[in-house]
Amino acid sequence: MLVQLLLQLSVRPDYSLRGALRSRQPPPWCNFRYTPVMEFRLPKAQNPVGPCWALAAVLLAFLGGCGRAWNDPYPVGERGANILYSAFSDRPKHLDPAQSYAEDENQFIAQVYEPPLQYHYLKRPFTLIPGAATELPRPRYFDAGNRPLPPTVDGERVAYSVYEIHILPGIRYAPHPAFAVDAAGKPLYLSLDAAGLRGKYRLLDFPATGSRELTADDYVYEIKRLAHPRVNSPILGLMGDYILGLKDYAARLAAEDSRLQAGRSRGDSPAFLDLTQYDFEGAKVVDRHTYQIRVKGKYPQFAYWLAMPFFAPVPPEADRFYSQPGMAERNITLEWYPVGTGPYMLTENDPNSRMVLQRNPLFRGEAYPAEGEPGDRESGMLADAGKMAPFIDRIVFSREKESIPRWNKFRQGYYDSSGISSDNFDSAVQVGSSGEAALSPEMERRGIRLETSVATSSYYLAFNWLDAVVGGSSGDAVQRERAKKLRQAISIAVDFDEYISIFANGRGIPGQGPIPPGIFGFRDGPEGINPLVYERDGGNNAVKRRSIDVAKRLLAEAGYSGGRDVRTGQPLVLYLDTTIRGPEDKSRLDWYRRQFEGIGVQLDIRTSDWNRFQEKVRKGNTQMFFLGWNADYPDPENFLFLLYGPNSGAKNGGENKANYQNAEFDRLFERMKNMDNGPERQAVIDRMVAMLRDDAPWVWGFHPRDYGLYHAWLSNVKPNQMARNSLKFYRLDTDLREQKRAEWNHPVLWPIPLFMLLLALSALPAWRNWRAREERTAQSARELGGAA
Amino acid sequence: MTAYIVRRCLYAVLILIGVNLITFWLFFKVNTPDDMARMQLGNKRVAAEAINRWKADRGYDKPLFYNAGAQGAAALTDTLYVGKSLEMFRFEFGAADDGRDIAHEITTRMWPSLALALPVFILGLAVYIAFALLMAFFRATYIDFWGVVLCVAMMSISGLFYIIGGQYLVAKIWALVPISGYAPGFDSARFLMLPVLVGLVGGLGSSARWYRTIFLEEVSRDYVRTARAKGLAETTVFFRHVLKNAMIPILTGVVVSIPLLFMGSLITESFFGIPGLGSYTIEAIQAQDFGVVRAMVFIGSVLYIAGLLLTDISYTLVDPRVRFE
Repeated sequence: MLVQLLLQLSVRPDYSLRGALRSRQPPPWCNFRYTPVMEFRLPKAQNPVGPCWALAAVLLAFLGGCGRAWNDPYPVGERGANILYSAFSDRPKHLDPAQSYAEDENQFIAQVYEPPLQYHYLKRPFTLIPGAATELPRPRYFDAGNRPLPPTVDGERVAYSVYEIHILPGIRYAPHPAFAVDAAGKPLYLSLDAAGLRGKYRLLDFPATGSRELTADDYVYEIKRLAHPRVNSPILGLMGDYILGLKDYAARLAAEDSRLQAGRSRGDSPAFLDLTQYDFEGAKVVDRHTYQIRVKGKYPQFAYWLAMPFFAPVPPEADRFYSQPGMAERNITLEWYPVGTGPYMLTENDPNSRMVLQRNPLFRGEAYPAEGEPGDRESGMLADAGKMAPFIDRIVFSREKESIPRWNKFRQGYYDSSGISSDNFDSAVQVGSSGEAALSPEMERRGIRLETSVATSSYYLAFNWLDAVVGGSSGDAVQRERAKKLRQAISIAVDFDEYISIFANGRGIPGQGPIPPGIFGFRDGPEGINPLVYERDGGNNAVKRRSIDVAKRLLAEAGYSGGRDVRTGQPLVLYLDTTIRGPEDKSRLDWYRRQFEGIGVQLDIRTSDWNRFQEKVRKGNTQMFFLGWNADYPDPENFLFLLYGPNSGAKNGGENKANYQNAEFDRLFERMKNMDNGPERQAVIDRMVAMLRDDAPWVWGFHPRDYGLYHAWLSNVKPNQMARNSLKFYRLDTDLREQKRAEWNHPVLWPIPLFMLLLALSALPAWRNWRAREERTAQSARELGGAA
Repeated sequence: MTAYIVRRCLYAVLILIGVNLITFWLFFKVNTPDDMARMQLGNKRVAAEAINRWKADRGYDKPLFYNAGAQGAAALTDTLYVGKSLEMFRFEFGAADDGRDIAHEITTRMWPSLALALPVFILGLAVYIAFALLMAFFRATYIDFWGVVLCVAMMSISGLFYIIGGQYLVAKIWALVPISGYAPGFDSARFLMLPVLVGLVGGLGSSARWYRTIFLEEVSRDYVRTARAKGLAETTVFFRHVLKNAMIPILTGVVVSIPLLFMGSLITESFFGIPGLGSYTIEAIQAQDFGVVRAMVFIGSVLYIAGLLLTDISYTLVDPRVRFE
């Protein structure tokens, strides 16, 4: 096109390229055809700059045609609407409440499903409150002879516990085709054939919807689904150990399902396994709004599970609806179209592009909390106390795989909140000399708020207890003591304070034990420090890391003076298994090596992909490795069980990946897990943590600190690590958002004419060159003619 | 020609079997069915029974290539490879591990990919050929020299730079178009302008330089000297003779890529939030979703073979001397 433009500028008015081409006939001796492959049509006397300007004008009109910011990525119709805009990076794998176990999936389904319990939005420490239930269930305890026991009974005497849950009457499901009925009350879409499914590829293609009241059956049905052989719930193994009869029920369903599917080929839709026909003792309906769950022994943590989507209600009609032949082939499944009673319903599910939650028109409404923790009233968090939520009509999650566009769109006001990646940290946050984080001036100018909270997660360096050098289960007492001193020396040498500063922009606090802040059992301040690694600094409450000399002394006591085995004289080489291996990770791997070199120990880093890494850890074929754990629920049991002997990963496939074994610790754990929070439980936890600090099966890593940025128009936001259903309490000031978006996104137009001008100017040298060439040829011809 | 095409199609079947075999071998060399199950079921609290059930549901409980437990031919046919491959050759791609129908996913996602790739392809071809012709037309002048310098400079810069730079300048500083996102229908133009521009600029250096080389090679041919000797204008020589004959090598590279336009661009789509096919394979590899990986490799192979066949056919259209034998 550029050539076309340049040539047109240079041709004389009476001359066109097409004419020139036509005027020449191919010589007869040429052996190729002269059919032009690409014909350049240049109408005479056409001004080529004209179309360019016209094109630019059309472009400008198109971009700004609607009178909005040109870079607004949202449809015109959404302007000023009460819509929360957010982003997600990874597509959710499961939206079925019986399967979903990941945080990024929970942000969707937690707004749709209503488990019986939930976490208080504002109170800290995390507090369970009723969700769809009328009140918190008080477990009743029974002994083996079915005799009731007092609430304070010791866990060892309890044969089973009964949780009786009463749900609020009048709760209704969001509109869904599974509930649609005809005039005679007969379901419209529960016995569809191929003709009935014709033209239906989305849930929206079913014109009729219906609803019904939530009943206790729906909760029991979902508990049964945990045992469904084709649902593959990740918690079936765990719940099978607790809910009475669930394991046997799963086996029964598997046998029944095999019988039903017999004779069907792999391509056929599986026959529907109707769970309403199979009952079991662990979950029973008492009346329309009451159901019971029977749990083996005393398991106080069970209440926390009742706040997770695994125990949310699923209506049997929906399961039947989605199980019809042809539905799965059309991607119409419970996995992708959740049906619940919560404040929102998922109306658009395109995990490659966007997910849309729409206000459930039948939601009963939920009052915004009237109390919180100290400071909440002053910060305006209680301004909406008592008002009925949700406050936002629609939530649009757009998929942003890359952090740069995501961050820029937040800055332009097109996302209402954002996390902070390492790349953007310096432009968003300034860390003061005493370590406190504050917004950068630019962020403050834009009225953006920073909210931080320590995640209920622990990131640690584990020693494999089964390893002969660093482990604690092999060899004699002397060898075990040597290994312990070695682990202690490494615990001091690996400086996680420095790690947090270098690799996490200071976003984390060094671990003092397995329990993160915000969980009962965590001790704050100097009394909570790990005395093996830290010591008090003078008379005040400050603490400092112990000197590396202490680590060297411990290493010498372990028999590795100066990093050499005193018995063999060989240098001590330790092995770290990791999955990080890219060029961007080199600095991190170098840092690991330097930490060990500090005490004269050589570190051999063995990198592998995630699969092989997991396999090594699972089989116990490692010496040291990094792992992390994110809390399922805010109870110390959920962290201390990671070091409980019977949970050994290598021996029993459990979550104790370090394979730590300590009979006394195990005994205390079994006692602690059944205790109610209080001084007695704290004392037991203190003993357990002290034991762990001394044994040092992990280097206690760090607990990450989450940073979130929120625009001024988004209010009622308080990070809650446990509650994922908080979006119902968010509030938007859409007028302010529109005003700020317009202010921040003025289109800059001068580059467009400048670009056109440059394009035109760039043609000049070519034109001059071409003219010079043409003239030179003519002159030469004249000279030749004259000579003749 | 028909016999030639039939013969090539038969070769294609053999190639596809080979590609399928290598895909199976490579995938399961890196991932085991247990790994795949763990990836799908999550890494927390996964029980061995759940893994076994997951494998059985999806047929991953069978041996890969040889079933020692089966009798006769079933030892070879009752395997993961044969079972999955037969479905594939019937163009039945089945469901991804997350339950979504692969064929539906591909047909949904290929349109945004095509909406981006087609303008870049067509406009790119015009712009690159035009720019290359310009350099060749003004060969051995400072225009050619600086054109080549520009091309070398542009091809030395990472494609990522153009994307990030384009987003920074056009979408962030000048606020002319959305930074990322996509909308179906006519509104998609707002979102595609910048990625198309970036695609054009990003490919200009290498393509224009390559086409310039082709043009210069043609310019030095005898027939060009003859055309000039009989008095044809330079523009006529270029546009009527050189351009036509240079199209043969250009077609080699161009036609083969036409079918692959459906497959999308990984980085561009990722940065601009275009819900195309570009990242489908990579995401599937990361998620250890074998169903998607084998389907995409298979489709990619089919399209590539189709592209090569189209190239051969197009040769005869631009150069009658070429005949199928």
